[in-house]
Amino acid sequence: MAVEHLYLHVPFCAHRCGYCDFVTVTGNEQLQERYVDALIAELRHHHVPAPETIFIGGGTPSLLPDRLLARLLAALPDCGELTVECNPETITPAKAQVLLEGCARRISLGAQSFQPHLLATLERLARPAAIRAAVDLLRDAGVESLNLDLIFGVPGQSGDDLRADLCDVLALAPDHISYYELEAKPGTRFSHAHGEELERQAEALEDHYDAVVATLRAAGYRWYETANFCRPGHEARHNMGYWEGRDYLGVGVGAVSTLGLERRRNRPGLVAYIESLEAGRLPPSQLELLTLDERGSERVMLGLRLDRPLTIAGLEPLLDVGELRRLESAGLLTISGDSLSLSERARFMANDVVSSILR
Amino acid sequence: MALSRIRNFSIIAHIDHGKSTLADRILQVTKTVADRDMRDQMLDSMDLERERGITIKAQAVRVLFRAADDRVYELNLIDTPGHVDFTYEVSRSLAACEGALLVVDAAQGLEAQTLANAYLAIENDLDIVPVVNKIDLPAADPDGVAAEVADLIGGSAEDVIRISAKTGQGVEAVLQSVVDNISPPRGDPQAPPRALIFDSSYDQYRGVLAFVRMVDGSFHKGDAVLAMAQGTRFDVEELGFFSPGMHPAKHLSAGEVGYIVTGLKDVSQLRVGDTLTVSKAGAVEPLPGYKDVKPMVFSGLFPTDSDQYPELRDALEKLKLNDAALSYEPEVSQALGFGFRCGFLGLLHMDIVRERLEREYDLDLLVTAPNVAYRVQDMKEDWHEVHNPAQMPAAGDVLSTEEPYIRASIIVPKEFVGPLMELNQERRGEFGHMEYLSEQRVQLIYDLPLAEIVLDYFDQLKSRSRGYASFDYDLIGFREGKLVKVDVLLAGEQIDSLSLITHRDNAYKQGKALVEALKERIPRQMFEVAIQAAIGSRVIARETVKARRKDVLAKCYGGDISRKRKLLEKQKKGKKRMKQVGNIEIPQEAFLAVLDINRDGPSGG
Repeated sequence: MAVEHLYLHVPFCAHRCGYCDFVTVTGNEQLQERYVDALIAELRHHHVPAPETIFIGGGTPSLLPDRLLARLLAALPDCGELTVECNPETITPAKAQVLLEGCARRISLGAQSFQPHLLATLERLARPAAIRAAVDLLRDAGVESLNLDLIFGVPGQSGDDLRADLCDVLALAPDHISYYELEAKPGTRFSHAHGEELERQAEALEDHYDAVVATLRAAGYRWYETANFCRPGHEARHNMGYWEGRDYLGVGVGAVSTLGLERRRNRPGLVAYIESLEAGRLPPSQLELLTLDERGSERVMLGLRLDRPLTIAGLEPLLDVGELRRLESAGLLTISGDSLSLSERARFMANDVVSSILR
Repeated sequence: MALSRIRNFSIIAHIDHGKSTLADRILQVTKTVADRDMRDQMLDSMDLERERGITIKAQAVRVLFRAADDRVYELNLIDTPGHVDFTYEVSRSLAACEGALLVVDAAQGLEAQTLANAYLAIENDLDIVPVVNKIDLPAADPDGVAAEVADLIGGSAEDVIRISAKTGQGVEAVLQSVVDNISPPRGDPQAPPRALIFDSSYDQYRGVLAFVRMVDGSFHKGDAVLAMAQGTRFDVEELGFFSPGMHPAKHLSAGEVGYIVTGLKDVSQLRVGDTLTVSKAGAVEPLPGYKDVKPMVFSGLFPTDSDQYPELRDALEKLKLNDAALSYEPEVSQALGFGFRCGFLGLLHMDIVRERLEREYDLDLLVTAPNVAYRVQDMKEDWHEVHNPAQMPAAGDVLSTEEPYIRASIIVPKEFVGPLMELNQERRGEFGHMEYLSEQRVQLIYDLPLAEIVLDYFDQLKSRSRGYASFDYDLIGFREGKLVKVDVLLAGEQIDSLSLITHRDNAYKQGKALVEALKERIPRQMFEVAIQAAIGSRVIARETVKARRKDVLAKCYGGDISRKRKLLEKQKKGKKRMKQVGNIEIPQEAFLAVLDINRDGPSGG
């Protein structure tokens, strides 16, 4: 299958964090080997010759024992950018070696925070020192592009806590930073425990987000996507595929693919996934058929997350001209020729803007 | 049927005290409806009525009852509406009867509404048959309630009939008492015909149906008929009675109750309270009591989806066919678009019309805060009637203003006199007099501006008297009042639908309350929103809704695109329910903020 963006999901985690709503599994070490083989089987099934990017996400892919991680990396086709998500506490010199030998030259490290009390609230296993140690190890091993994931809006996080995190992350000089607002999704253990506190600090979060963007930009990072910052030349090419509305193939339990107007989601059951592939069948999945309008709307929704103009040629029927004019005259967006770009303030308000301009 | 064998009566009861159940049971006991055809609340024909458990339009049904003397009597049960908005209709229904069943819940006791209608019946010289219902309830106190009822109408508690309309216990005794204690109709069968219209309805195939009580003479099919007050003429296409379906008859004679098919195309041509006679050699003197009922409460009705405007217009046209008291004219609001300014008898009437439009015609409506009719004199000394605050001229162009007044009669246990006098004072009431009706019950008479009762007066009356106060009013005309228009500006733009007319002394307080209520109802959005209240160009109150600075989904990768798209679609839908004024989106409920401004302070008035 000629697809440019390939995602592989590795669901295993040492501990499921309270805020997480990804497909994750804890305490199933004996299944890991069977899973890696199933994942490779599914990948072979799809015959992906040479994608532009591959992203191995999770879960915690770096939790796999070295030999299994090596086996998985060896099974991958050649590509232009291979990213592996890692948790700091799993990075050993040997693990770093396996990653580099497997051509994973881009590593995304889940730091989340450098403040011990916030890490505890988030139920993260790594301590601040472990994060720094992991960064050093990966750098020494020769990782070319390093991303740190951070979270703001943690219950109990003060303005000082945020500034401290920003200092700590800049001190490590990563090539790329993903700075997410904590999304306490309904139904997670976390919303249950902290829902009220999160609502109380809703207004402080506006200040936090402002501070994140201003600080990272002042330090030379480009705010190239709603929640992503990079040094020149270090954009996450894989994720750009999502934001530019391109097709992608997802492999693994719970993984999602979007190919043309078909969006397919593998079912989240781990055992059923493994057993299907062991029996030579594709895993159970659920198909969502998209309309052209829906894909177009997604194109607008995703494209306007970026700091570059969105080409609206072909999307015009989906857009409300009156609303475009109104927001343009209010200085929130500009249209020149067939490209649409948001002002800086509008980027902070992208949901409001996009839900206004879509018909 | 001879007059001596006819009884015409209605049922007076508070909502939920079992009027409809008793009516159903009467139909069953007299075999008017076979048991298998019985459904709840037979007489309330509109879905809405059945669901809300209230009766909007009076109807009449004829039953035959074999009494203890083994003779068959014709009993006409005339159903009455139960709310103060329809007092006039109630009074006409009662005028068509010689007696009334006063039905009181054995667990609840006498309630305010029942009292007002019971007094209305007593004023109309009706014979009262007292009934205590729901004696099967565990909390029932039949003896205590019977004593209360006897105290009210004068008589002995033993004469109060105890029944359970639900089980049917005692229902026959009620009918026997109707025969024994309610006078047969008086009237002259030989005189030129006179019939009182106590209700009308519209049928799309047959035109206007008049519900009448024949007082003198008789009508026959084909008679040329004249409505004496309005001068409307028509031929009787058919006449008859309900039992409970339509039963055509050859004639309707003195003392009887029935319907006349008129062929008229509009109920406003045939008003409740008017007298029907024959065109040639008819009666000279109409029956007393006709009043031209005019709408006094006005409100804007706007479709939330502007595409529904033509449907709203059609629906109002259809409702009007059946509701002479409803009036409407087109209105354009810059914030709400095209709609109609509608006139109602009162708040319940407004509620019923709105609910019927939404339910029967499937319309989604925004109803602006109600106001009354005002009279305004311009600098040329010409008078104009203003039904909409937006039409109020600027202060400099007004010589004087007048507002409608009512005379309120409030009946209340004596311990609540103080709080209710306070309420009336706050509402600019002028004290008339006070009278002890009994040792316990006091009647208060106040003159009040109608504007002061249209919003939350009933609620206040109820809460300050713990539900015991009964309230009734008559319009007594216009009086001078120092009225001003308070405008609301959102982000500098005047919002016509939020303007209100108020007494000068209350303007500051109301303007402040209004901007505060708006601040509560306008969510933070992309732009800062200044909310101001102003009289002319003078700003009297101001609030600000700060702009929101962040509204964006944190994380968005391949796995959650569908979910994010659905969230956006939901947000989009939410926006569609908002009205856009300049750069601001105003949720529709903000337009109801005016309804809230009286709720906090007792002197919101």
